[in-house]
Amino acid sequence: MGTMRERALAWLYTRPEARAWALLAPGGFWLIAFFLVPLLVMFAYSLMPRGIYGGVEPGFTLEHYTRFFDPLYLQVLKRTFAWSIACTVICLLLGYPVAYVIARSTRWRTLLLFLVVLPFWTSFLVRTFAMIFLMRDTGLFNSWMMKVGLIQEPLTILYTPFAVMAGLVYGFLPFMILPIYASLEKLDQSLLEAAEVLGARPAARFRQVTLPLSMPGVVAGSLLVFIPALGSFLTSDLLGGAKQVMIGNLVQNQFSSARNWPFGSAASFIVMALVLAAVTWYLRVRDAGVRIVPPK
Amino acid sequence: MSMPIPRWLIGFAGVVYFFLHLPVLVLVVFSFNDSKFSVDWRGFTLQWYQRLLERPDILRGLKASLIVGGAATLISAVFGTLLALALARQRFRGRRMFEGFIYVPIVTPEIVTGISLLLLFALLKIPLGLTTITIAHVAFCISFVVIVVLARLEGMDENLEEAAMILGADEVTTFWKVTVPQLWPGILSGALLAFTMSFDDFVITSFVSGPGSSTLPIVVYGMVRKNVEPSINAISTIILLATAILIYLADRLARAK
Repeated sequence: MGTMRERALAWLYTRPEARAWALLAPGGFWLIAFFLVPLLVMFAYSLMPRGIYGGVEPGFTLEHYTRFFDPLYLQVLKRTFAWSIACTVICLLLGYPVAYVIARSTRWRTLLLFLVVLPFWTSFLVRTFAMIFLMRDTGLFNSWMMKVGLIQEPLTILYTPFAVMAGLVYGFLPFMILPIYASLEKLDQSLLEAAEVLGARPAARFRQVTLPLSMPGVVAGSLLVFIPALGSFLTSDLLGGAKQVMIGNLVQNQFSSARNWPFGSAASFIVMALVLAAVTWYLRVRDAGVRIVPPK
Repeated sequence: MSMPIPRWLIGFAGVVYFFLHLPVLVLVVFSFNDSKFSVDWRGFTLQWYQRLLERPDILRGLKASLIVGGAATLISAVFGTLLALALARQRFRGRRMFEGFIYVPIVTPEIVTGISLLLLFALLKIPLGLTTITIAHVAFCISFVVIVVLARLEGMDENLEEAAMILGADEVTTFWKVTVPQLWPGILSGALLAFTMSFDDFVITSFVSGPGSSTLPIVVYGMVRKNVEPSINAISTIILLATAILIYLADRLARAK
């Protein structure tokens, strides 16, 4: 055995590339076999005719993609897009001030940060259930509102677009706060002092110094909210019911009750393409970083 | 510069924090409420926790989650660490591309990952069960391990390894006696993150689990869909507590010197 080991080591020594590949092989194999290949299989499925009993039949067709021009599916796409953007904007409006307060605070900073990170790691399923517990007809919100006398009948909140939006914002808000905080925290205080000395009022200082310099965080946060919102499935499934379908639910449906695998694959591939487009856009903006600051 | 933060801004942030934490807080509090249907407080009870023990599906789900989580964590920790070592220390063609590829599973929507794996397993006629769940979990956990371990490697002193080699240790000895001990907190922290992700995952698992291989999140999802008895609050509270402990440990390890 000893000689085997030595020989193997000697061989690795003479060939640095071989050593790299030995380290890469197991994990690389896994990622290629169980991440990349499945995506390719999915793409192939999306181009094949639908089988009678689920599955696909050999052949080539683009019908699963053209089907998205059907008003019914176009509406699902539009809704998914609109909600993801709305969710991103709401998260930005809610999250920026929070990130600002955390970055400016001194004594409470660790605690405030911890309170943002905590829901980040809390089971998404549990958090979604928590929203149901609050919003359902017999839930806490309705019960309190009735007790206070603001309403006589329970309001239907669950299974409305409002419930889905609340759930999405609740779910993804921490993703917005953390990157904005990170960029605000790095902000050079002397720039603000300079602006003050030069006579800029607080509002102007914010608009012309703080905001432009925190743009990398805003862009990163927006992407981190937009992407999972686009692919979200659990939130609309549990809080939206049958009517508030997003593309994630459409995909899931093709694999459960509808049994139209190629159409589901096409829908899934569209989600993936949108996500990759968003990431590419982000990388462009990030690498152009400096130019985000408006020229004088 | 000690300009005070405007009051209204603090108030606004307070409201957002309230929104961010109220739902889960309420959920936990009412897991101890002595009433099946009411959302009024009827006194303290542990009966919903006791009920959990009487449900074989929950115990089976917990067992499945622990098996899958354990196996997926072990595999992704080892493979992920090796990948990180290759990316940080080796020069090879396509390194940049591979580094970028590591991030793709993280940004890919879970539903896409789940569907594509389901299709692969269907194509290869692999029966769905704990094995397929584990395969899927490793596929999305590896990237997280790589990122955590890479971060640790970046802060590590390569001189120590060189010193060991100069002093006559061969590469394998150096690896086990110098590299691994230094890297250990990073590996453990990555492993704990992987376990948490695996333990929490619902969406991907739901596509690649077969009959009789339901993990805990799958069981809980079924409960949420069916009815709303307070046992769900109890199991949720337990999951929250378990996750919190794991994340705390992972964080401590990641910061360890």
